[in-house]
Amino acid sequence: MNYNVDEKGYYGEFGGAFIPEMLYPNVENLRQQYLKVMEEPSFKAEFDQLLKSYVGRPSPLFFAKRLSEKYNTKIYLKREDLNHTGAHKVNNTIGQILMAKRLGKTRIIAETGAGQHGVATATVCALMGMECIVYMGEIDIARQAPNVARMKMLGAEVRPALSGSRTLKDATNEAIRDWINNPVDTHYIIGSAIGPHPYPDMVTRFQSIISEEIKWQLKELEGKENPDYVVACVGGGSNAAGTFYHFLHEEEVGIIAVEAAGKGVDSGESAATSVLGKEGIIHGCKTLLMQTPDGQITEPYSISAGLDYPGVGPMHAHLYKTGRAEFIPITDDAAMEAGMELCKLEGIIPAIESSHAFAILKTRAFKPDDVVVINLSGRGDKDLSTYIKYFEL
Amino acid sequence: MNRIHQKLQSDKKLFSIYFTAGYPNLNDTVKIIQDLESNGVDMIEIGLPFSDPLADGPTIQASSTQALKNGMTTAILFDQLKDIRSSVNIPLVIMGYFNPILQYGVEAFCKKCQEVGIDGLILPDLPLDVYQEQYEAIFKKYGLINIFLITPQTSDARIAQIDAASEGFIYMVSSASVTGSSDGFGNVQESYFKRIAKMELNTPQIIGFGISNSETFQQATKWAKGAIIGSAFIKHITKNGTDSIGDFVKQIIK
Ligand SMILES: Cc1ncc(COP(=O)(O)O)c(C=O)c1O
Repeated sequence: MNYNVDEKGYYGEFGGAFIPEMLYPNVENLRQQYLKVMEEPSFKAEFDQLLKSYVGRPSPLFFAKRLSEKYNTKIYLKREDLNHTGAHKVNNTIGQILMAKRLGKTRIIAETGAGQHGVATATVCALMGMECIVYMGEIDIARQAPNVARMKMLGAEVRPALSGSRTLKDATNEAIRDWINNPVDTHYIIGSAIGPHPYPDMVTRFQSIISEEIKWQLKELEGKENPDYVVACVGGGSNAAGTFYHFLHEEEVGIIAVEAAGKGVDSGESAATSVLGKEGIIHGCKTLLMQTPDGQITEPYSISAGLDYPGVGPMHAHLYKTGRAEFIPITDDAAMEAGMELCKLEGIIPAIESSHAFAILKTRAFKPDDVVVINLSGRGDKDLSTYIKYFEL
Repeated sequence: MNRIHQKLQSDKKLFSIYFTAGYPNLNDTVKIIQDLESNGVDMIEIGLPFSDPLADGPTIQASSTQALKNGMTTAILFDQLKDIRSSVNIPLVIMGYFNPILQYGVEAFCKKCQEVGIDGLILPDLPLDVYQEQYEAIFKKYGLINIFLITPQTSDARIAQIDAASEGFIYMVSSASVTGSSDGFGNVQESYFKRIAKMELNTPQIIGFGISNSETFQQATKWAKGAIIGSAFIKHITKNGTDSIGDFVKQIIK
């Protein structure tokens, strides 16, 4: 079984490029160029150099001793939270800004939900001296004031998405409309492993540095490249795609994708797309998405703004459908508790997105000698107000 | 013969209107279609509302959101249209996004279209290659003409490919924009219209996006077989309701 994208841009039956003709020239150009550009030695050198000296890679693979003792298994944390800007998102924005430059683009647009991808995009635009416009749902702008301020300080213009439900999916719609309106000078930096082909594959490749490093780090620490399990939370699926990438075809490695169940899978307020979604088309790709029986896209819910997306990247839809990955839904409450536990046991305040991945330890049993690598996709600074409110700190 | 082909054979320039089904009120669909025909409109695009209309500007988005709030669904639209051919003769095209059709079932949808008398479909996010590989045979089985879009950025080679794949008309998007821009047409559009006219394509072109009044309608139809008005019409019925549709039509084709 192949879990990577095929020449036509599909992962099994998922993926493709369901885009209006207005976007065809840009997406087609990107499709023709992205692999060539990524293979250029000068591109690789610049990408690697920035990841090292600007982002701070490699990110440590940390043996979580007390957490391991508690759950009687060997748990390693991949510390994406230590990256510049505080999450894995920057791996992708560094790659895409270099791509945009080589494609001759001068203006960058992006969508953001919680603001993490917006901040990571604004950061690389400042670094490269490029104009940056970030679309953000009006409701998210109100909820995520610190990240809005960060983007502004970094020189980006934050434009409110006023249509539909005024959250991440609408911000994505607005970014796509901007690209339709500005087809010549603009590159759209999508923030997750979603969108029309080649975006899911391109974003996955930029994020695959995560599993590339896990391999050699684990070799040093455990004497073997492959863990027994890799675990990551899934919003659109970029940190998970990067964490899984080099293990997809290593059959002995179990893959666990953790989704946000919100207030419970059956509560009507959830973002567990693998359970609640049906095949359909969202933002230019065929995948699993939450929708009404009539094909209208519905609004997801999660306490974590970064997991609050009604679809899932097409690679993950394929991993789900083929059974290659185990999908586990985690509620708000379970995630918040797991986040607090990581603080107390390891001295690390995780992003609430990442807390979802840790919450599986309570219910998913591992053997004492299993090596379990959990991707700690981001740090919790951005979530302090949510933690404060939730725990009445 | 398909009504679209018949209409394209006439000597006159064609005036087409887009409206969102279920807007302003759920059950306005039939009345709007009848009034448009009786006031001289040549063809109608019935918008099937979608929650996330990527290629549309604020006016059509807002009308879609309202139509969905009003309770519009694919099944209700077909029900509203079931007797439409007893009173309406002009070509009727459904314009919408692909996901609701996928959920309805593409073949079931096409079959229903044929039953109620729909002549064609415009589905901006159903790309040419996917259409040809998976759906062309189904569309044809039910006598539906699929309409493709071109834009100022579409390459000549791609236009030739689309021309070869087209059967009715080509929907020529006037400028690099979503629906509803109303800046008028300048030199850029004029030279694009001319460039396409000079290509002498087999398929006639109808221009849409950004046509809002009699002036832009005239500019567009100088070069193309016809023109489509959407947002400006929606704005008119938002402001004036559905009782003065004739006034709107007459101010365009004086
Ligand atoms: C820290 C963190 N983890 C995970 C996610 C979810 O995104 P993805 O599924 O693309 O990794 C986000 C999104 O904002 C995030 O900020």
